[in-house]
Amino acid sequence: MSQEQREVPVIEARGICKYFGAVTALEDVYLKLYRGEVLGVVGDNGAGKSTLMKILAGLYPPNAGQIFVDGKLVHFSSPRDAREMGIEMVYQDLALAGNLRIDENIFLGRERVRRFGPFQFINNAESLRRAKEHLDKLKIEVKSVRQRVEELSGGQRQAVAIARATAFDAKVVIMDEPTAALAVKEVRKVLDLIKDLKNHGIGVILISHRLDDIFYVCDRVMALFRGRNFAEAPLAETNRNEVIGWIMGNRSPVAQAAKIFDLN
Amino acid sequence: MTTTTSEAPMTARERSLRVRLIPYIDRFGILFLVLVMLLIGTITQPDVFLTWRNLSNLPGQNAANAVLAIGMFVVILTAGIDLSVGSVLALAMMTTAVLARDGFPPLLLVPLPILIGMTVGLINGLGLTKLHLPHPFIVTLGTLNIARGVGNLVSGGVPVSGLPEIVRFWGAGSIPIGDVQIPVSLVIVALVYVGFFVFLQYTRTGRHIYAIGGNPQAARVSGINVDRTLILAYVLCGAMAGLAGLLVAGRTNSGFPNAGIGAELDAISAVIIGGASFFGGRGSVLGVLAGVLVIGLLRNILNLNNVQVFWQQVLIGVVIILAVSLDVIRRRAGSAGE
Repeated sequence: MSQEQREVPVIEARGICKYFGAVTALEDVYLKLYRGEVLGVVGDNGAGKSTLMKILAGLYPPNAGQIFVDGKLVHFSSPRDAREMGIEMVYQDLALAGNLRIDENIFLGRERVRRFGPFQFINNAESLRRAKEHLDKLKIEVKSVRQRVEELSGGQRQAVAIARATAFDAKVVIMDEPTAALAVKEVRKVLDLIKDLKNHGIGVILISHRLDDIFYVCDRVMALFRGRNFAEAPLAETNRNEVIGWIMGNRSPVAQAAKIFDLN
Repeated sequence: MTTTTSEAPMTARERSLRVRLIPYIDRFGILFLVLVMLLIGTITQPDVFLTWRNLSNLPGQNAANAVLAIGMFVVILTAGIDLSVGSVLALAMMTTAVLARDGFPPLLLVPLPILIGMTVGLINGLGLTKLHLPHPFIVTLGTLNIARGVGNLVSGGVPVSGLPEIVRFWGAGSIPIGDVQIPVSLVIVALVYVGFFVFLQYTRTGRHIYAIGGNPQAARVSGINVDRTLILAYVLCGAMAGLAGLLVAGRTNSGFPNAGIGAELDAISAVIIGGASFFGGRGSVLGVLAGVLVIGLLRNILNLNNVQVFWQQVLIGVVIILAVSLDVIRRRAGSAGE
C-alpha cells in the first residue's frame, strides 16, 4: 500500500454521484486504480458497479464528482473521449458487430486509413496484418482474422473484445463480468489474459460475481453496496467469507469471525 | 457453429448437400438467377431479346429504380427503411417541371431535384435521430404523404410537360461511342454504383454504416457518431430519390404528380432480392444491382412474351419471397448450434 500511495493513480474517481430519475445509482463513490494493478469490484445486483464503470468509460456523465487520469482532471462526454485518454471498456454484452470481421471489430471507430489528397480509404491489408499481430501478442488463437465475429465461440468473442480494448495503448481496461457467459475452459484463458495485461503495466478493473475470478487475478478488491463504497482491502488482507459478507452488506460478524479464527 | 476445422470429421448435417451449398447460394445465388433469366429471355424470344434495340431500353426503364434502390440499400444497411422515396421522386420532378415552365435558369434545374431530395432526407434523418421517433417507418411514412402533397400543391395537381434540353439529356440523352449510342442514364447508374461501392467498402463512414446495422450499441461505444451517420444515410437516400426524379423527368420530358407511386416498394424489392438483410448490416452493392436487373429483366421478358402486366406483379412477389427464404435458410444455418 505505502508504495502505491506515493504513485499517482492511473485513474481516480472522487465523489461520483449518479441519479436516474428518482433512483440513486451512485452516491459519493470513490475509486483508485494504479498502473499494473487489477482491482476487483464486487457488489450485489443493483449495487452500481456497472453504472460506475460506464461513467469511467465515458458512456454516462456523472451528476456530480470528478475523474482524474494520471492526476489530471478530465471530462468525458462520450466513450470516444475516454478511449482517447486510454480508458477502454469491455462491455458485458461485448458490444461487437457480428456482421463484421474480427479485424474490423478491433479497429471499429479507429479504422486504419490511407490518404489520397482529401480522401481517406480504409487500408484493409494493414488492418488485417495489425489485428493478427495484436492477437498473436495476446496469444489469442482464431482460425483467421477475416472471420466474422458471429462465427466465433463465446470465449473467442470475449478475446476479440479484449483485443479491441487493448489495441491502442490502453492505460486502463475495465471489464464487466467477462467470464459470466463462458465455459470453464475459456474462463481460465480470459483470466490469464488479464494477468498478461497487468504484466504489460495496464490497470484492470474487473467486475465479477465469481469470487474464484477475483481471488485468482486481483490485487485489491472493493465492494459497493446500494450505490456507496462499502469496503475495500488488498486481496492478501481479506478472504472469501469477508468479501461475501461485503456483497451482502454485512461488515461485521462473518468478517470478524474470519479474522479471529484466521480463515485466510 | 457451422465452421469446421479440416481435422474435424464432418457431421451428417454438414455433409448434406443443402448445407454445403449455402455459402455458394449466399455469394452467387442472385447472379445465378440473373443468368437463368438471360437464358429464358434468349430461349423464348431468340430474335428479339439479345438485340441492342431491346437491351438498350433496359437502362432507361430501370435507371430510376436502380438509383432509388442503391439509396434504399444504404438505409436498409442501417436496419432502417425509407418509404418516402417514391413521393420525393415526384416532388423533385414536379418542382423541376414547374420551375422550368416558369423560366427558371435551366442550368440550375439539374442540381435542384437532388437538393430537394437531400432536404427531405435530412428531415427523415433528423426526425429519426432528434425527435426520437421509434422507427424510421414512422417518419418516412409522414414524409411520404407530405412530399406527395407538396408535389401536388406545387403543380396544382396537373402534369406539366416540356422541359429544357439540359434536363432531358439526363434521362433520355445518349453519348455516341463509335456506332453505339450509350444512354446517359446508363452512365449515371454506373457512376453512382461505383461511387457507392467505394463509399461502402473503403471509407470509414461506409464501414460505420455496416456496423450500425450489425450492432448499434457496439457502434456507439466504439465512438462512432451514430446519429450523424444515420442522418447521412437518409440524406444520401433522399439525394438518390431526387436524382431518380431528374431521370424520370428527363425521360418523359414532363412532370406528373402521380409519378413514383409505389416506387419505394420496387426499390425495397430490388434490395431484398439482391440479398441484403432487412435487419441491417448485410448485403452488397453488386447484389443490389443484380436485384434491379432481376426485376428489370423479369418485366422485359414478360413484356416480350405478351404476358399480362398483372402476372408481372405476381411473379415479382414470388421472387421476393423466394429470395428472402434463401436469406432465412442462410441465417438459420449460420446460427445453428449456438
